[in-house]
Amino acid sequence: MSLGEYEKHWKSVVSQSVCDYFFEAQEKAADVENVPPVISTPHHYLISIYRDKLFFVSVIQTEVPPLFVIEFLHRVADTFQDYFGECSEAAIKDNVVIVYELLEEMLDNGFPLATESNILKELIKPPTILRSVVNSITGSSNVGDTLPTGQLSNIPWRRAGVKYTNNEAYFDVVEEIDAIIDKSGSTVFAEIQGVIDACIKLSGMPDLSLSFMNPRLLDDVSFHPCIRFKRWESERVLSFIPPDGNFRLISYRVSSQNLVAIPVYVKHSISFKENSSCGRFDITIGPKQNMGKTIEAITVTVHMPKVVLNMNLTPTQGSYTFDPVTKVLTWDVGKITPQKLPSLKGLVNLQSGAPKPEENPSLNIQFKIQQLAISGLKVNRLDMYGEKYKPFKGVKYVTKAGKFQVRT
Amino acid sequence: MQRFLQLPGAAVRPGGREADQEAASPVLAPEGGAPPWYQALQPEELRWLQAPEEDTTPEESLEGPCPEPGQGQSQSQPLRHDDLKAMLDTNKDSLKLEAMKRIVAMIARGKNASDLFPAVVKNVACKNIEVKKLVYVYLVRYAEEQQDLALLSISTFQRGLKDPNQLIRASALRVLSSIRVPIIVPIMMLAIKEAASDMSPYVRKTAAHAIPKLYSLDSDQKDQLIEVIEKLLADKTTLVAGSVVMAFEEVCPERIDLIHKNYRKLCNLLIDVEEWGQVVIISMLTRYARTQFLSPTQNESLLEENSEKAFYGSEEDEAKGPGSEEAASTALPTRKPYVMDPDHRLLLRNTKPLLQSRSAAVVMAVAQLYFHLAPKAEVGVIAKALVRLLRSHSEVQYVVLQNVATMSIKRRVSTGPRPALVVQQGMFEPYLKSFYIRSTDPTQIKILKLEVLTNLANETNIPTVLREFQTYIRSMDKDFVAATIQAIGRCATNIGRVRDTCLNGLVQLLSNRDELVVAESVVVIKKLLQMQPAQHGEIIKHLAKLTDNIQVPMARASILWLIGEYCEHVPRIAPDVLRKMAKSFTAEEDIVKLQVINLAAKLYLTNSKQTKLLTQYVLSLAKYDQNYDIRDRARFTRQLIVPSEQGGALSRHAKKLFLAPKPAPVLESSFKDRDHFQLGSLSHLLNAKATGYQELPDWPEEAPDPSVRNVEVPEWTKCSNREKRKEKEKPFYSDSEGESGPTESADSDPESESESESKSSSESGSGESSSESDNEDQEEDEEKGRSSESEQSEEEGKKKKMKKRKKVPEGQEGGSSSDEGSDSSSSSSESEMTSETEEEQVEPASWRKKTPPSSKSAPAAKEVSLLDLEDFTPPSVQPVSPPTVVSTSLAADLEGLTLTDSPLVPSLLSPVSGAGRQELLHRVAGEGLAVDYTFSRQPFSGDPHMVSVHIHFSNSSDTPIKGLHVGTPKLPPGISIQEFPEIESLAPGESTTVVMGINFCDSTQAANFQLCTQTRQFYVSIQPPVGELMAPVFLSENEFKKEQAKLTGMNEITEKLTLPDTCRSDHIVVQKVTATANLGRVPCGTSDEYRFAGRTLTSGSLVLLTLDARPTGAAQLTVNSEKMVIGTMLVKDVVQALTQ
Repeated sequence: MSLGEYEKHWKSVVSQSVCDYFFEAQEKAADVENVPPVISTPHHYLISIYRDKLFFVSVIQTEVPPLFVIEFLHRVADTFQDYFGECSEAAIKDNVVIVYELLEEMLDNGFPLATESNILKELIKPPTILRSVVNSITGSSNVGDTLPTGQLSNIPWRRAGVKYTNNEAYFDVVEEIDAIIDKSGSTVFAEIQGVIDACIKLSGMPDLSLSFMNPRLLDDVSFHPCIRFKRWESERVLSFIPPDGNFRLISYRVSSQNLVAIPVYVKHSISFKENSSCGRFDITIGPKQNMGKTIEAITVTVHMPKVVLNMNLTPTQGSYTFDPVTKVLTWDVGKITPQKLPSLKGLVNLQSGAPKPEENPSLNIQFKIQQLAISGLKVNRLDMYGEKYKPFKGVKYVTKAGKFQVRT
Repeated sequence: MQRFLQLPGAAVRPGGREADQEAASPVLAPEGGAPPWYQALQPEELRWLQAPEEDTTPEESLEGPCPEPGQGQSQSQPLRHDDLKAMLDTNKDSLKLEAMKRIVAMIARGKNASDLFPAVVKNVACKNIEVKKLVYVYLVRYAEEQQDLALLSISTFQRGLKDPNQLIRASALRVLSSIRVPIIVPIMMLAIKEAASDMSPYVRKTAAHAIPKLYSLDSDQKDQLIEVIEKLLADKTTLVAGSVVMAFEEVCPERIDLIHKNYRKLCNLLIDVEEWGQVVIISMLTRYARTQFLSPTQNESLLEENSEKAFYGSEEDEAKGPGSEEAASTALPTRKPYVMDPDHRLLLRNTKPLLQSRSAAVVMAVAQLYFHLAPKAEVGVIAKALVRLLRSHSEVQYVVLQNVATMSIKRRVSTGPRPALVVQQGMFEPYLKSFYIRSTDPTQIKILKLEVLTNLANETNIPTVLREFQTYIRSMDKDFVAATIQAIGRCATNIGRVRDTCLNGLVQLLSNRDELVVAESVVVIKKLLQMQPAQHGEIIKHLAKLTDNIQVPMARASILWLIGEYCEHVPRIAPDVLRKMAKSFTAEEDIVKLQVINLAAKLYLTNSKQTKLLTQYVLSLAKYDQNYDIRDRARFTRQLIVPSEQGGALSRHAKKLFLAPKPAPVLESSFKDRDHFQLGSLSHLLNAKATGYQELPDWPEEAPDPSVRNVEVPEWTKCSNREKRKEKEKPFYSDSEGESGPTESADSDPESESESESKSSSESGSGESSSESDNEDQEEDEEKGRSSESEQSEEEGKKKKMKKRKKVPEGQEGGSSSDEGSDSSSSSSESEMTSETEEEQVEPASWRKKTPPSSKSAPAAKEVSLLDLEDFTPPSVQPVSPPTVVSTSLAADLEGLTLTDSPLVPSLLSPVSGAGRQELLHRVAGEGLAVDYTFSRQPFSGDPHMVSVHIHFSNSSDTPIKGLHVGTPKLPPGISIQEFPEIESLAPGESTTVVMGINFCDSTQAANFQLCTQTRQFYVSIQPPVGELMAPVFLSENEFKKEQAKLTGMNEITEKLTLPDTCRSDHIVVQKVTATANLGRVPCGTSDEYRFAGRTLTSGSLVLLTLDARPTGAAQLTVNSEKMVIGTMLVKDVVQALTQ
């Protein structure tokens, strides 16, 4: 594996040696996640984010709100993701010139310039195989030569002249249950976090309004800049001219006074014997308040204590893996069938001589329930103004486990 | 205050395990081939000199497309450069592009490509735009090193500055200003000045960006640059606002006077500025407000205020100029009653919606603004938004938690030896559980959350918090466990009630297997014992036994200190411990040795018979220790305690010296006092002043003159020259921006809405304190100038709230008095209006062509109006006077919108109270037909599932209205309407009432329908408060209890509330509940309990409401209903009604 490291300078050039402070901090932190996002060095400040196994580091000379930089770096990563389909080392390496051109457009003298993906795409076209072939034949380039129309309008997020033969608008209502379940199975903390992701492929300048059957469920909402805030305040209707393509319309939290239905329960018995090099591991998962829907794609992840050497388990359903290096047990369960509850049983081999772990590991559970928004949120209707055609509209509901943790 | 990302270089590095290995030796080359860019560690010049040799490493895979494989090391490099040069010299754009791409790839990897400079710079005028852009990239990177050659390119940029294409003008300016060559400063200055009055806002934005670049190159240009900034600050486009404020912050943050005239404009534009600009503007305005307004907390609590003041004063007096100017903090108060400056209010009001931004940076910026500027009672609104950010990326969490930690500690003010709770505002308390820690959180996040949890712990929630902590103690993450133990210690010191519990818990931890845990516990126990040593002899004994096992130096030292300090509680064990320690003295760590000496000295003084020899032995050992601290300490101690001929004077007091009662340590958060840094800033995060940090000034004692913010008319018409330019540029962006010209495009429609809204709010802001109706007058005039289209759409949107209009007595509409502030601002905007309309006519056709979106969507705009505004006559038919009155009500509506913090629903509901009238159609909108409605709460005769609604028509026009009936309703599924019989004619001045039934299908969705007359149709809608969706049923107490028992669990919603004094009598409680919801009272045995029951109209589900009110005012409201949504909303409404 070759190691990649790329730099881009705005204003005067900073010697690369500042990065050593970062590498030092990275070395010190046991875990990549524990590298402090802000590092102070004698002359500079380093602000970094870690995403998709990459570090994005920016060098700051003067006071600036750290979130400003962090937010920007994430926006950069989002843009790469958007352009290259993934934000990985390989993608950046393959497209280093585009990366450079993008960064050039996104930041001017340390101040963000164009960060909306719709605008950037007008300035610099995303790479596709077809285009590179065409370009090499015709000699045309990936770089646009007119100012993107959005840049000057009040709706910088939408590009002009959008045309589709099939006009479609899809909304995914995705709700995640964040929960902490304690040893005895009672809920310590639970809350529903939802987002509405939209995929809008509509020609022209459609003006949409989306209303809910029960908008008052939404307790705390954050909006894409395209949403008219006043309209929401007064009528609880989402009214907006959408960006073209995929974007996150809103994210919301369901008011905490509503009790959260927890769709699964876990029976567990994990024990390590004193002075012996083995332990028992037994977990069973069952459905609970599933509202008549199947719970799918269940995965259980357990970070086992360091003294665990290996695990010897038998699942009644699905398959499991245990990584002896990271000590992570992953059990891919699949669907729950209420007739036969899936369980995973077996022995744990411990390092001999080491003291038994004091704490049982907590179980992180992932699942998915299709066609259900657990909060009961329902989209009432979607109306389009401003264009004549009839768009195809679709709403999908999914409930997932968010940070769903069972303490044992 | 802040300066921005002066210099971010994005170094991208793969993480994961490979990266870790790499990171182990960042400077040494890993065997995979030395990454040559590490050579960059050397000073820049050196690297430049050595470049040819350095770049000789084998090809990296990145240069894959490069034809020649790197073979003959020292020869390949020049060869390749030659090759690139050849490619650049060809006539083929594709080859040039390929070459440039490779060069950029080299730059990206930190390789030196500077010797290609001459070959590259030749291509600066290349036709191919991509080549050109890449050349720009190259130029900006190396121009500083090759200044002479860089000059060759200047003329190209100068030509570019005149290009008709705004993108090319802008990018020429960008590159020109980024070339850091001092010789061209005058050219840059000229270019910036020119661009600052360019007609394209995009170019002006670029000019704003260029200002700090030039300033950092040559600070002598400051005065001229300030002029440009001043000019750009007056720019009215949102595109420019953020960039110019950034330039302002970087070049002349001290010139706060430049902001005065633009303050209101910036506040009003804020919501439409892009996110990055919002952050900059908000933090600048925070500083501005601190210098211009009075503290809103002034009169709240003098005691607290003073302590705070003193704290600020001491920090800032010595630190900064601006602070000390106003910091007459010693002057004690004879204060006038505080009235918030309307401009201060304007800022708070206009930033609040941004709490719902998707950008964490914006949310944080608003949060810090509220924290620093808002009255205490209003700061709470930020909590919810900040808690939301905790769901974001871990870096965001990290920063937010740091700030939350500071905010949550702010509420404790230390008075005296023990920290006391002075104000516990508790804005984060409801979100306590959001800070619970998951085992998967990174350690740094865990520790910050712990900090917040500790700050939030108080008498009431401490059991929960401690239970949580118990879980954490068993964590596998030992750093985190140690932090938890510290946190328990802090809880124990702060909350006396749980001190013993905590102490016992910590003592149990002493038998933990993990040494770190034990050590940490010992240290914390030591601190706790110091607070109340008397009764803890047992614990000290237990600790003494641990000296055999614990190896962690800090813990050993703590135990020794404890034994020494409280040796009279353990008279038998102490000498024994000293014996053991003397034995192992030489093997101990320094910190332990020092404590051994200490222990020896204390024992010698209290129990010299047993310990004299031991002490001497220890002191002798220490005398020859390697560490000079220890030697010093030994010598010093010996002189003190062992009486000698000369040193008698001190040794007599030795006991007092060593065994003096020591003050208990205060365990406090490391976030204490951090709030003297502006929150959200880098300095706050690092808890140290960062370069370029602008101190947040203290509030002034006396408010500076507020009239400086009044914008005068001549401001816009001062110089005819400039005005002309404006006229030239206006058509362009007024068109694309949609400043409500007659040819408004669909996309700009909403914009104009929000703009006019913000305008109206600014109006009210400026004149708020004096008289609101006056402002609305001017609003009227202003509205006249607007296109009727946009007006109507606003109107349509707000129609439901028209009833608010009642607030404004109609008689006042003709009034014409006005205060200075609103007068000038309105006239200025008026003049703006007129100039715009003129421009509209002058507008050259060519601009039209250049803005395709507007022309394309013009028909669309029409459609919007058709769909949205059916209840209005087309603009042409509309008489002139009604819209002015409409706009009055609009202004009132908007005001209500922006002023009230409470959500809309309750404000709609509260006046209903079963009999209250709601407006359905205002007489102005209805052209003389006024329609109100009430929920009569009588069963609807036709259909028991319907809510019966009384509709009152009155005709205030001078012609009879004929054929009133309900037109085709547009109803959501499930909702149905029983229309009232057609009213044939309604004579002028007459009114009538009809009954109609609406089946709302147990939801609070609005029923939209049309009211038709012979000539007109009006779209109206009735939205029922949840309380009207039910009808009372009569149950006995037993039946009630039986039904309630069936509806538990998810169907039960409980809320705690405190009843205000005004609402403690039976009568009022019952009245308020029944006014809010159509429920019947259920008889009840106990006096403190109220029960109500009803059934929803459509499905007949039971709704049971119980209110358990204690005489103290604490109350608990429970609603049981199958319809969870209805239950939830009902609880909200009833709580709202009761607590009002």
